[in-house]
Amino acid sequence: MLSVQQVSGGYSNEAVLNDISFEVKTGELFGILGPNGSGKTTLLKMLSGILPIQTGEILIGGKRLQEYRAKELAQMVAVLSQHSSQSFSYSVKETVSLGRYAHQKGFFQTWSNEDEAVVQRVMKQIGVAAFQNKNIQELSGGEKQRVFLAQALAQEPEILLLDEPTNHLDLSYQKELLDFLKRWTSEKGLTVISIFHDLNLAGLYCDRLLLLEKGMINIDHVPNEVLREERIRDVYHTDIQKHPHPKVAAPQMVLLPSVDKETKTIEIDQTMLTVSEEFIVLTPTTPLRTMSSGVIGSGTGWHQTFVNRHVDKDYNCNDHRAEMASFLRSNGFEPSETVGMMTAVVLEDVIFKLFKQEDFSVFVVVTAGVGNAIDASKSELHTYGLVPGTINTWIFVNGELTEEAFIQSIMTATEAKVKAMHDLMVMDEVTGTIATGTSTDSILIAASQTGTVLEFAGTITPLGKLISKAVYQCTTEAIQKSSRRKQL
Amino acid sequence: MQRLSIQRFLNNKYLAYILAGIFLFLAILFGISIGTVSVPMVTIMKIIGAKLLWFLSFGDIDPMYSSIVLNIRLPRVILSGLVGASLAIAGAAFQGLLRNPLADPYTLGVSSGASVGAVLTLFFHLSIPIIGSFTLPLLSILFSLFTIFLVLTFASKIERSMRVETIILTGIIFSSFLGAIISLMIALTGDELRQIIGWLLGSVSMRGWEYIKIILPFFIIGSALLIFNAKELNAMSFGEERAQHLGVNVQKRKLIILTAGSILTGAAVAVSGTIGFVGLVIPHLSRLLWGPDHRHLLPLSIITGSGFLILADLISRTIISPTELPIGVITALIGAPVFAIILLQRKRKERSG
Repeated sequence: MLSVQQVSGGYSNEAVLNDISFEVKTGELFGILGPNGSGKTTLLKMLSGILPIQTGEILIGGKRLQEYRAKELAQMVAVLSQHSSQSFSYSVKETVSLGRYAHQKGFFQTWSNEDEAVVQRVMKQIGVAAFQNKNIQELSGGEKQRVFLAQALAQEPEILLLDEPTNHLDLSYQKELLDFLKRWTSEKGLTVISIFHDLNLAGLYCDRLLLLEKGMINIDHVPNEVLREERIRDVYHTDIQKHPHPKVAAPQMVLLPSVDKETKTIEIDQTMLTVSEEFIVLTPTTPLRTMSSGVIGSGTGWHQTFVNRHVDKDYNCNDHRAEMASFLRSNGFEPSETVGMMTAVVLEDVIFKLFKQEDFSVFVVVTAGVGNAIDASKSELHTYGLVPGTINTWIFVNGELTEEAFIQSIMTATEAKVKAMHDLMVMDEVTGTIATGTSTDSILIAASQTGTVLEFAGTITPLGKLISKAVYQCTTEAIQKSSRRKQL
Repeated sequence: MQRLSIQRFLNNKYLAYILAGIFLFLAILFGISIGTVSVPMVTIMKIIGAKLLWFLSFGDIDPMYSSIVLNIRLPRVILSGLVGASLAIAGAAFQGLLRNPLADPYTLGVSSGASVGAVLTLFFHLSIPIIGSFTLPLLSILFSLFTIFLVLTFASKIERSMRVETIILTGIIFSSFLGAIISLMIALTGDELRQIIGWLLGSVSMRGWEYIKIILPFFIIGSALLIFNAKELNAMSFGEERAQHLGVNVQKRKLIILTAGSILTGAAVAVSGTIGFVGLVIPHLSRLLWGPDHRHLLPLSIITGSGFLILADLISRTIISPTELPIGVITALIGAPVFAIILLQRKRKERSG
């Protein structure tokens, strides 16, 4: 659809772009990225015929850009700028109708039925039909942008060029606009070429990305290739980290603030722990990186309060998450900053210990009851039912963990727990075999992310060794303690 | 419901033309009727009717009335109407093109440029062979064209985006400079003084049919050029880049519009001198009443502009009768405050968002 061949050019006295070549296929959503001054806007202006091409060729639909007459080009290519100035109070419909200019023929350029139909259709599709008689100067930024999008689409173009279309738009409009464009590319075969400032939006929506650096192409590839940490760091000269989108297979970048990291390393130990009849609370002085399976704050995240709450054996609630959140709130904890678990175990029986190594330490807190112990290998014999967890394991690591180490920590801790059950001969009452855990066990790995970097946590790594030892000891003692209480 | 609003919209446009037409008609009638000798409205109708429909008989008409109407008042009214129309449509076009509600031939300095052309013609008694009496408007037009390009080039040198205020400031600089040149010429001239003073302050008195013949062809050409470019003006009032994206051949159209505006201004100045603010007030008022769409704004500006200047001329010659005020005094008295109000509104709008 669009082919750029060895193009150089820019403003009259200096060439901003050098030797640019790329192709855009029909129906593609093509993103142009680059730091300020890399020539993004210049490139777009050359594509739309505003700036002259010094050397090279731009072919649109196989025809040279210069061979198009102004009206012909407008039927082929429409442009949506960052923001358009409007000095006079045209109505929305008048504004959109101007998009039909290129399609009107003859000396008097009469307004045909087709023109009217296209304008009405486009206004409906973009959702501006409802205020078509309103004065454009009275609209909000997002509404104005939609009106100008409708104007561009009323041109019925095959290529739509956009210059940072989401600038000045709030979050929901950004998404709405890009969702819309994406739909038009796939449903109507519209080719969209857009400049993006926001790398994440570009990574999320574009089929292909072109990264410009100092007027030259750095790379022209799929988002996952273009949005590589090292590449973006080099081109933009800033610290970023890449991580996957939680729902979509798209790369995302996060900025790393260069604020000095707190040099003071905190050590989590029993001084931060409070045990009452109702709950066990641990409140470190800074937020911790967590990976957990709690009722509240599960998954990965950053949390500052850790609550293990005692509930009755017959605790039953339709929406235990909401109930837990309101419980936390009523006790002065902020649910969004809290990892919360539940247990029917008497909290007095909690076991916690600090295990130290030379340059890091692990603090483990376990509450254990084995009332509904289960052999995982035969779990299909059990019926499904959510009962408050009976072995809750908290592992606090005073060190910096990689994602890998987090996952290995969970494996190591689980293995240690199973071994403890095995050694205590805890039986699954349904199957009559040795149990491996209970049906609702929960685990939390939390790391201060300061101090020593701990890359791995497999069973024979320094961290793994410490975790297995700590979890094994604490779990054993906790089970013994609660069993003893039962027998009394 | 949608149908209803569209219908109302259409009705609105018809209503606009009817209202403007009535305004012009009344202005013409009053313009002819009122003066040191008052001519009854019925008599005016009869005289003009007899002239246009010579085969009908309207009974006896007093020859004195007939002479006043046909030789003095009617040409004066028509001339002021044409000048008002020319200045108003030129102002509307400049405003649309420059996206600047404060632009008009006077504030842009184009009128002053045209005056220099006119004064030069009178000062040196220039007369180009063949075109003869058209030397005056032609030179005025050339000078106004030259001035507008100079003003725009200079303004874009100051600032690429050519903000409203920059253009106006540039216009003022050029006006002052050109005004000084005119004053210099007046100082150097002897007996032509009175005639030249006329150009400075603007007047349509004692011009006769001769001057109508001078302005009419330029008025028709200029207005036609602009009305045929009404759509392009609509597009360009969203910015030149935007217009190009919409498919407008901006370079060509801009040249046509600027030329047409200069033709209208030059011709108007050649016959009546510099009359300020007509091109500012009328388009602004029309836009306020009937919307900014140039397809209607331009013709409506013609109609209301001519009516406005006819009334302004009427006031200028009756208010302190028997002395006549220059017509430019009246238009400036109305126009300058309007200019101030528009400026104030713009600033308020910018501030509020």
